[in-house]
Amino acid sequence: MSGLADLLSSGIVQTVLIGAAMLGAISGMLGAFAVLRRQSLLGDALSHAALPGVCLGFILAGTRDLGSILLGAFVTGALAALAMMLIVRRTTLKTDAALGIVLSVFFAVGVVLLSWVQGHGGAASAGLASFLFGQAAAILRSDLWIMGGIGLVALALVLALWKEFKLVSFDADFARAQGFPVTLLEVALTVMVALAIVVGLQLVGVVLMVALLIAPAAAARQWTTTLGPMVALSAAFGAASGAAGALVSATTRGLATGPVVVLIATGVVVISLFVAPQRGLLWQALAARRARARISDGRVLTTLQGLANAHRDASYPAERGMLETALGARAPSARIAALERRGLIHPVTHPPETTPHWELTTAGHAEAAALSGKPAGPKDGGAA
Amino acid sequence: MIASFFGSIPAMILLTGILVGVSGALLGSFLVLRGNAMLTDAISHSIVFGIIVVWLLTRQVSGPVQVLGAALTGVLTVVLSELLARSRLVKMDAAIGLVFPALFAAGVLLISIYARDVHIHVETVLLGEIGFVWLNTLTLWGVPVPVAVVTLGAVLVVNLAFVLVLWKELKLTTFDPGLAAALGFLPGVLHYAVLSLTSVTAVAAFDAVGAILFIAFVIVPPSTAYLLTRRLWLMVVLAVALAVAACVVGYALAMRWNVSIAGMMASMTGVWFALALLFAPGHGLVAQAFSWRSKRLDHDCRALVAHLFTHQNTPAMAEENTLRALVDHLRWAEPRARAAILRAHDRDLIERRAGLLTLRPKGTAEAEAIFGKTARVGHKTAGTQ
Repeated sequence: MSGLADLLSSGIVQTVLIGAAMLGAISGMLGAFAVLRRQSLLGDALSHAALPGVCLGFILAGTRDLGSILLGAFVTGALAALAMMLIVRRTTLKTDAALGIVLSVFFAVGVVLLSWVQGHGGAASAGLASFLFGQAAAILRSDLWIMGGIGLVALALVLALWKEFKLVSFDADFARAQGFPVTLLEVALTVMVALAIVVGLQLVGVVLMVALLIAPAAAARQWTTTLGPMVALSAAFGAASGAAGALVSATTRGLATGPVVVLIATGVVVISLFVAPQRGLLWQALAARRARARISDGRVLTTLQGLANAHRDASYPAERGMLETALGARAPSARIAALERRGLIHPVTHPPETTPHWELTTAGHAEAAALSGKPAGPKDGGAA
Repeated sequence: MIASFFGSIPAMILLTGILVGVSGALLGSFLVLRGNAMLTDAISHSIVFGIIVVWLLTRQVSGPVQVLGAALTGVLTVVLSELLARSRLVKMDAAIGLVFPALFAAGVLLISIYARDVHIHVETVLLGEIGFVWLNTLTLWGVPVPVAVVTLGAVLVVNLAFVLVLWKELKLTTFDPGLAAALGFLPGVLHYAVLSLTSVTAVAAFDAVGAILFIAFVIVPPSTAYLLTRRLWLMVVLAVALAVAACVVGYALAMRWNVSIAGMMASMTGVWFALALLFAPGHGLVAQAFSWRSKRLDHDCRALVAHLFTHQNTPAMAEENTLRALVDHLRWAEPRARAAILRAHDRDLIERRAGLLTLRPKGTAEAEAIFGKTARVGHKTAGTQ
C-alpha cells in the first residue's frame, strides 16, 4: 500500500495518470456517438491514417513537438475521412472495402515515411515508433495542456450540439426532414472522432486506438438506455481503463501502454456483457430459465386439471407416471417441488399404491383455470 | 542458374512480395465482392496472437502445423465477432472492433513479455521484414530457398487450386447466396473456407509484410480491378497483375529512396487505386466530371431553345433573345451561356439574325417536342415577362 502511495506522489506518475485518464475520457465520450452511429470501424481507419500525419508533423517540425505531430495526425485523419466519403459516394465499392483501402494505404504511406524518418532523423526520431503502440510514460506535463484544451473543445461541442447529435445518432432521416444540417453534423462528429484519435495516440497508439473508442462505449451501452448516462459512463470507463493501464505499464518495465489499456477496457466490456442488469448475458439466461420454469409449471397444473376434469373428481390424485405420459417428457421433479412449496399442488397417498401422487389444491385449481381458460371441474369430489 | 536465382537477394525479396500480392489478390477479389473486406483487417491483426502462442508452445514460427495453428486465431476472431453480434448486445461493426484489438493487444503483450529480442520484434509485427527473408533458408533439392518463399509458394498453390476448382461455386455464392443455398452449395461453408485461407495466407505473409500491410495486398488490388471491369475473371486477373506491378515498382522506389520495401509495395497498390479512381474509363472521377459537363451542356441547350421559343415573336423578344438575358434572367454565368449558345449553334438549332438569337427549323422542332405542340399558343401570349 505504501508502495502505491509513493508511486502516486511521484510527479511523473501523476502526469501519466492525469493524461491517461483525460485521454480515456475524451475518447470514451466521443466513441459513444461513433458506436451508436455504427461507425466503429471508421475509427479504425482514421487511427491508422494518423501514422503518416505523425511522421509528416515530425518531418516538418524537425523535432518531436507534440503540437505539430498531433496537427499532422489530425490533417491526415481528416484526409482519410474525405477519401472514404469520396470512395463511398462516387464508386460502387462497399463501405467496408473503402474502409480497408483507406486504412491500409494510409498506413503503408505512414510506414514508408517512418522508415524514411528513421533513416534520416537521427536520435530524435526514436520516439516516433512509440506512436505505434503508445507510451504513456512519454507524456510530458506540458502535453497535458494541449490534451486538456482539445478535451475542453470536444466537451463544449458535445454540450452545445447535444440535441442535434442525439437526433443524428438515432434518426438521421428524421433530422434531415426537420431541416437540420445533417451532413454538417455528421462531418462534425467524424471530425471529433478524428480529434479523439489524435489525443489518444500517445496513450494507445495508432493500431489499437479503435478499441479505446469502441470498448468504453460498448460497455456503457449495456448499463443504460439513455444517451446522457451512456456518454458519461463511457467517458468514465475510458478514463478508468486509461488510468489503470497507464499505471500498470508505468510500473512494469517493457510493457507498452496501448495493449494494457485495451485489455483492461476489453475486460470491462466482458464484465458488462455478462452482468449488466436486464441486458447482460447472465440476466438473459436467468430470464430464460424463469420463462421455461413458468411454462413447465403451467403444463403440470393444466395436466392435473385435465385429469381431474376427465375423471369428474377435483381432487383426483395423479401419479408421476401419468404426468409423464401426459407431458410426453420426464416429470420435472424440481418443478413439482416448487409447485408444492407455492401451495398449488398437494402430495397425497392413494392406497393400495405406495408411489407419491399429487392433487390440485383450491389455489391450484384457480391457477390452472386461469392458465387453460377452462373452468374447474364439477365439485362432486370436493377440493382438498 | 536456378541456384543463382534463389541465391539473389533482390530476386528473393521481389518474389516474396509477388507471392504475397498474388495470393492476397486471388482471395481478396471475393472478399471485396462479398463485403467482407474489414474481416481481413480483423484476421490480419489477430493472427499476431496465434503466432506468438504457437511460438511459445513449439518454439518455431514456420512449418505447416505452426501456420495452421496460428491461422486458427484468425477464424476464431470471425467466429467470436459473429457470435457477439448475434447476441444482439453490440452491432457487428462494434463486435469486430472489440474482438480483434483485444487479441492483437494480448499478442503484443505476450511478445513483449516472453519473446522480446528473441525472434519476433514488436515493430516487425506491424511492418514485416521483407528485406531479411533471404536470411532464413531451407535446402530443397540441393538449392537453398528462403523459407518464406517456400511457405508462400505452397499457400499460393492452395489458393490458386481453391479458386480454380471452386470457381463456379464461389461466383454463385458471392453474387447470389440465396440461390446458392437453395441449390445446396453451402454458402456458409465457402464463407469460412475463404476466411480460413485468408487467415493462412496472412500467417504465411506475416514475416514478410507484417500484420497491417497485408490488408493492402488483399483489399486494394481487387478494389482497383473492380473499378476497371465488371467481369469476375477479368477482375481477378487484373487484381493479380496490379499486385505484381505494385511489388516491382514498389521495390524499385524503395531501393531508390532507401525506405521500407513492404511499405512502398503496399503504397503502390494505393497509387494504382488512386489512378483508377480518377481515370477509370466510364466510372472514374474524371470521366464522371466529363459526362456531367456534357450532360449539363445538353440540358442548357434545351433550356436555351425553350427560352427562345417562349419569347419568339413576342414584344419582349428584343430583350429576351440575347446573350444578356441568359446571364441576367436565367442567372447563368457568362461562359456557361456562351458555351450553350455555341453548342446550339453547332447543332444547327439556332442562328444569330439582326443581333438576336432566333430558332432554326430544327430548334423549333426540338422546342415543340419539349413543350408538346398544343402548349404552343398559350406560351406565346404568356411569355412576356
